[in-house]
Amino acid sequence: MLKLKLPGLNLKNPIIPASGCFGFGKEFSELYDLNILGALTTKAVTKLERNGNPTPRIAETDRGMLNSIGLQNPGVDNVIKNELSWLKKFKLPIIVNVAGSSIEEYVEVSKLIAKSNLVNALELNISCPNVKDGGIIFGTEAKIAYNLTKAVREKVDLPLYVKLSPNVSNIIEIAKAVELAGADGISLINTLIGMRLDLKTGKPVLANKIGGLSGPAIKPIAIKMVYEVYQNVDIPIIGMGGIQNAADVLEFMYAGASAVGIGSANFINPYICPEIIAELPQLLKDYGFNDIKEVIGYAHK
Amino acid sequence: MIIISNQEIASDIYELTLQGELACLIKEAGQFINILISDKLFLRRPFSICAVNKSQKQLAILYQVVGEGTKILASKKAGDKIDVFGPLGKGFPLIDNVQEVLLVGGGIGVAPLYELAKQLHKRNVKVNTVLGFASKAKVVYESEFQRYGEVYIATIDGSYGFRGNVIELIETKKISFKLIYSCGPKAMLKALQEKYQHIKGYVSIEERMACGIGACYGCSCKPKDMSLPNFRVCKDGPVFELNEVII
Repeated sequence: MLKLKLPGLNLKNPIIPASGCFGFGKEFSELYDLNILGALTTKAVTKLERNGNPTPRIAETDRGMLNSIGLQNPGVDNVIKNELSWLKKFKLPIIVNVAGSSIEEYVEVSKLIAKSNLVNALELNISCPNVKDGGIIFGTEAKIAYNLTKAVREKVDLPLYVKLSPNVSNIIEIAKAVELAGADGISLINTLIGMRLDLKTGKPVLANKIGGLSGPAIKPIAIKMVYEVYQNVDIPIIGMGGIQNAADVLEFMYAGASAVGIGSANFINPYICPEIIAELPQLLKDYGFNDIKEVIGYAHK
Repeated sequence: MIIISNQEIASDIYELTLQGELACLIKEAGQFINILISDKLFLRRPFSICAVNKSQKQLAILYQVVGEGTKILASKKAGDKIDVFGPLGKGFPLIDNVQEVLLVGGGIGVAPLYELAKQLHKRNVKVNTVLGFASKAKVVYESEFQRYGEVYIATIDGSYGFRGNVIELIETKKISFKLIYSCGPKAMLKALQEKYQHIKGYVSIEERMACGIGACYGCSCKPKDMSLPNFRVCKDGPVFELNEVII
């Protein structure tokens, strides 16, 4: 009753670890069998290796956390050679999150990953708040989001999901732009930009000063954006932002998500994904559903 | 795990003893546990394991009350249950054919060195220890370390033992050593690294963490060898070779 089909993804269930919260799967594979997941989204991949931002990169907040990792990753060649090849042994759809400093970099990384034949879909990260050049600037203007998505679409056959930033005045406009450019799906939402100050030093806690806010604190914002975008596009939405349990999954799917990303909850309870998967069937029954597909967009029916 | 005891052993410094199967999984001194202190706090908090007793299924940690999390932790009572994930990370390696080592601990950083001292003692290694604290009120574990060898205490304000920092103490007392293990504030570790560039040693370093298992890249640190990728303190450490990491 949990099976779903999304472009490029045959999902056993709608539970997908979100990008940046699950590395490339190795650490969690030591804790449980990754094959039980719906799919897996990797950490963001750029053309060359990136060392990321200085530390501290983590700051706790009320009901959430700020991070400013800054796209640390070993670069696309190493990711293909060491990470994606390793993930091949799992019967699990793999979504690779792609980031860059220019449209050309997004295209180049996407092409290399597509050529490897090791993955099922790409997630274009046009919403990372933690790097100076790139990331979020591609996701805050509809025209640029359109151009970037179209440029990758023209060169790559893999299904494309575009991960949008909530740090915009009109999310619908951006969602429509990437749909028009040929995106197969939308991931909603990336983190919200925030800051914490240390009362002793008077300075920001994060070395990068600002970071991305995640966790249950942002869930109502994510639900609202999924709800609105669902009404305005025809492509599926992977919903995310503060999901902590099966009830949160249902709420996102009611709003219009076809699947969900589990992010920072993995840090608090590393077994959260298998636990939610186990709880979902009973929760569906409790609310009178026989199949997960009945839940998608239920709030709009 | 179940709290066996939680007592203040120096000003704002507590020793927490926990019981559970997790204690039997510990492989090395220097590993840590990640504790979810309260539902009110979003993230877990990492703490170095200070002592292990596998036959009793017990482990102990030391912590200093510095913020909201440790304040709540200090209010916990024997018999309370607490959500602990671990053991995590790589600990201190034990080196063969070593007769004598120097342990250098600063403040609450003495914690992982104590279990290390116990293990070294079992291997008939002579364990000399230099511990540095802010003041007399913060001194912990002096007599515990004395079971395994000579102990020198330094306090910054001079209210107990040697007046000054641990390096000044080592130099003044002319303590010689070929292998050093250390844990403490970054400034102390950095000073040790600069002073003893050609001596073999291991340091346990601290960084803000989220996942504790190497997945989030939150607790990154840089290797001295620029051709290597960043280390993750939680997974590749928290113990590193003294001169392999930029502190």
